[in-house]
Amino acid sequence: MATARLMGSSIKRREDPRFITGKGNYTDDLKLPGMTYAAFVRSEHANARIRGIDTARARAHPGVVAIFTGKDMTGVNSLPCGWLLPELKVPQHPPLATEAARCVGDPVAIVIAESQTAALDAADLVKVDWDVLPSVTSTARAATPGAPQIHEVAPNNIAFKFQIGDAAETDAAFTKADVVVKKRIVNQRLVANAMEPRACVARYEDATGDLTLWVTSQNPHVHRLLMTAFVLGIPEHKVRVIAPDVGGGFGSKIFLYNEETVCSWATRQIKRPIRWTSDRREAFQTDAQGRDHVTDAEVALSKDGTMLGLRVKTTANLGAYLSTFAPAVPTFLYATLLNGVYAFGAIHAEVTGVFTNTTPVDAYRGAGRPEAAYLLERMVDACAAALKMDPAELRKKNFIPKFDNGYQTKVALMYDSGNYGPCFDTLLQMLDYKKFRADQAAARAQGRLLGVGFSTYIEACSIAPSKVVGALGAQAGLWESGKVRVHPTGKVTVFTGSHSHGQGHETTFAQLAADQLGIPMDDVDIVHGDTGIVPFGMGTYGSRSASVGGTAILMSINKIKEKGKRIAAHLLEASPGDMDYANGQFFVKGSPEKAVPFGTVALVAYVPHNFPEGVEPGLEETSFYDPSNFCFPFGAHACVVEVDPDTGHVKILRYLAVDDVGNVINPMIVDGMVHGGIAQGVGQALWEGAVYDDTSGQLITGSMMDYALPKADGLPMYETARTVTPTPVNPLGIKGAGETGTIASTPAVVNAVVDALSGLGVDHFEAMPLTPERVWKAVQAATSGK
Amino acid sequence: MYPAQFDYHTPGTVKEALDLLGKYKDDAKLLAGGHSLLPAMKFRLARPAHLVDLRKVPGLAGIKEEGGSLVIGAMTTHWAVESSPLVKAKCPVLAQTAAQIGDPMVRNMGTIGGSLSHADPAADYPATIIALNAEMVVEGPKGKRTIKVDDFFKSLMTTAVGPDEILTEVRVPVCGANVGCAYMKFPHPASRFAVVGVAAALTVEGGKVSKASIGITGAGTKAVRAKGVEAALLGKALDAATIQAAAEKAPDGVDVQADLQGSVEYKTHLLKVFAKRAIEAAAKK
Repeated sequence: MATARLMGSSIKRREDPRFITGKGNYTDDLKLPGMTYAAFVRSEHANARIRGIDTARARAHPGVVAIFTGKDMTGVNSLPCGWLLPELKVPQHPPLATEAARCVGDPVAIVIAESQTAALDAADLVKVDWDVLPSVTSTARAATPGAPQIHEVAPNNIAFKFQIGDAAETDAAFTKADVVVKKRIVNQRLVANAMEPRACVARYEDATGDLTLWVTSQNPHVHRLLMTAFVLGIPEHKVRVIAPDVGGGFGSKIFLYNEETVCSWATRQIKRPIRWTSDRREAFQTDAQGRDHVTDAEVALSKDGTMLGLRVKTTANLGAYLSTFAPAVPTFLYATLLNGVYAFGAIHAEVTGVFTNTTPVDAYRGAGRPEAAYLLERMVDACAAALKMDPAELRKKNFIPKFDNGYQTKVALMYDSGNYGPCFDTLLQMLDYKKFRADQAAARAQGRLLGVGFSTYIEACSIAPSKVVGALGAQAGLWESGKVRVHPTGKVTVFTGSHSHGQGHETTFAQLAADQLGIPMDDVDIVHGDTGIVPFGMGTYGSRSASVGGTAILMSINKIKEKGKRIAAHLLEASPGDMDYANGQFFVKGSPEKAVPFGTVALVAYVPHNFPEGVEPGLEETSFYDPSNFCFPFGAHACVVEVDPDTGHVKILRYLAVDDVGNVINPMIVDGMVHGGIAQGVGQALWEGAVYDDTSGQLITGSMMDYALPKADGLPMYETARTVTPTPVNPLGIKGAGETGTIASTPAVVNAVVDALSGLGVDHFEAMPLTPERVWKAVQAATSGK
Repeated sequence: MYPAQFDYHTPGTVKEALDLLGKYKDDAKLLAGGHSLLPAMKFRLARPAHLVDLRKVPGLAGIKEEGGSLVIGAMTTHWAVESSPLVKAKCPVLAQTAAQIGDPMVRNMGTIGGSLSHADPAADYPATIIALNAEMVVEGPKGKRTIKVDDFFKSLMTTAVGPDEILTEVRVPVCGANVGCAYMKFPHPASRFAVVGVAAALTVEGGKVSKASIGITGAGTKAVRAKGVEAALLGKALDAATIQAAAEKAPDGVDVQADLQGSVEYKTHLLKVFAKRAIEAAAKK
């Protein structure tokens, strides 16, 4: 049996045939008897008090079933924040705004009707009497004197102040520095734009008191827990949350949102199922957005290029309310990553979280780590320019040397394992760096502007362990569950608490289980996304599914094997301690000819006529895995660009990525994640950006016509490779691969553009994306000596 | 994204369509390919009570040559123009322009008449039909009339087509052997509309420009003829200095609008760059 080949094999994704033939089952596909349809009435103002809401005309509209406003939702609590930093200011976040709306799109009423069109038409007829107030959307302006105050509990719009590292040690490093390089770095706001918009169907059955919620969620158990225990106060065991096929999330579907909460409440009032599906405009306005930092960063260097210290002051825009995990992103997922892959002598970082009249900001693919990587990689290049050193040489000089079991950073984290030099050397060879520099010089002589940018990043996956994150403010454990059910015929169903919304769990986890059990992959099915079937799980975020969810499955498989050995030993009249298992056969060590197949053991377990004493019938095991530490993937990326000096247009000529994500289950799926991640990161560098009008508070880039997502014709064929440094943290040696591309690519692209323009005297861009106008203006400013 | 309620009409003749326009007046809107109107309706930015679909009217789509012109039916899709052997042979720049509109889905549905009537200030066709000196044939209650392209685009999304009229044909003079044409655009990164687009049609006789026709789209509130550029080219040989000097005139007469894609300063600059590129490309043909 070809078991050894399953792990590490590029098996085509099982889920794809149904997705690409339109046979997926998404929330919006669900049809239930008696279904009603919801539309939300939303604030068109960024900051406004509600004087009154007139629903009379809307109620009279044909087909309207019910209309509820926030005042109807008595006994319902604020949407919770799941990560409480010390002295965090937590404003009320009612599912329907009652007193005031704090951002455009804030929902104030739900209209429920017999059809989607009737609901939308009636929603148009709801009249809200607004008292419009001044608003603030700008990150830099939010906490300045005179800025409109958004929440009474948060004076000066400050949600928290956070610091990490050693201020005195860092001050000392700067005192002895030969060179200090200082830059302002703005990491712009992004819209996640999952292909499937958010949606929910809520059904209350008054005969049983059961509530079922189908929702586009990355973590259905977390959704259920937050909604029942914190907001609606209904018993958790009477609620089943199902996240069926989900078309992408990128973080934005982790969080508990207003809409599914309101629908879950409203179905109990009208006792009919309610469906709500976001349209793309609502998605732009209401899906939690990403990033949005303004940072002043300084690096202290000695003349020879040794990085003595890093000082960072960041203002992070949290939006109008605290989304579920918002406070964690610019703190424990950002400031703790500021050590990068460099042996800094000292680091100190301060982060101020501010409220603004904008859509809430939370985790978006990478979540904090892209912000840290962008800052570091941009600063390294700026340092190289200041020292007139080659940026590749400066990186190599400062890499943390190879380590196999632990490196204590200056910002709390303990890295697991790393070997950064060979990874970067592989990249330089693939690039043929020396030749590129020669080509670049020749091109410059002809007036062509070529540039290369590097990014040598670190990433932190499988956030853990629970007791540590609990001490840091997490209101949840960060373990994962895995249940393995062996059926009497030897077929296997695996239940995972993590969720697949593009990651390919149904393939990779089946590979893992079949490989471990030595049975055909077709004998294994993966089930996820249903609190009624799957043991409590924490879901999918932070590149954790394979490392944490996969390990939980492995633990259950090991228990299955142990029990199987006892059963097989009984059948063979051998001692359980003498049993071994390989290729789907239980056998006495050294005597593989005396074997009991896996399927026989499974059948005997359920038909236990001849069964060992003291062993329970059945063959099913559940495990919960809480990792002992994060895993830290790393890698080196390079981007080669050409800039058109006449227009400022940037063309990517080459993109190279060498990633180290530890062991790999399915290389093709990892490649796909790397490819998609690179595209998203390039998108941030060159095209994407959520722009708010700071006067009106309106989202100007509120549609696909205005917000530029990456397109295939703007991207090159990727050149990818991997090095493998298994993590010692989990038995699979898997680190995590879902976010590396997004983390690495943004700085590589920006560094490449700066490199292309370096001959003209351009050394930095404060803001992204590098639109043609920004690039052209930088060229103009540099060449005119401004 | 559901539009507000509307009544849907499928006239079988131009006459029936005109009668519906006469009957419902401002409450009616003509539907051609629908790739601008339907999104606006789904956003509920447009709420016509009556939608008059021209797709069932026979004879409105098609391309033929007649009296030295290509006659293109208003309901001819961008793809049909892009792929037409006749257009490619007689007026290649029109096919090249059509090929740069939106994406394949847009080009399979969108029509030349719909695009020109909609008069989006960043649409591609307007620059090229200005450069080609096209004529628009419209039908109304009083019969047919012809509008020269220079009289067609009135202001932001407004044309000379009356509210009771329908654009039925675009007549594009066939390009002669000594005519070089090109359309060059700088696309919006999201929508692929033209941030700026410049079309040039140059007739060269005896080494000198005997006719220059330049259309500009994207930068202002409507597509315009670049008269300054044309004057600067006329009677000159197409050397680098002449092209550069002419291109410098591109912004003259364009009411350049600032938006997220560019300041007035940047778009003014882009107009010069793309005028130069369009002239250079036309000069090579």
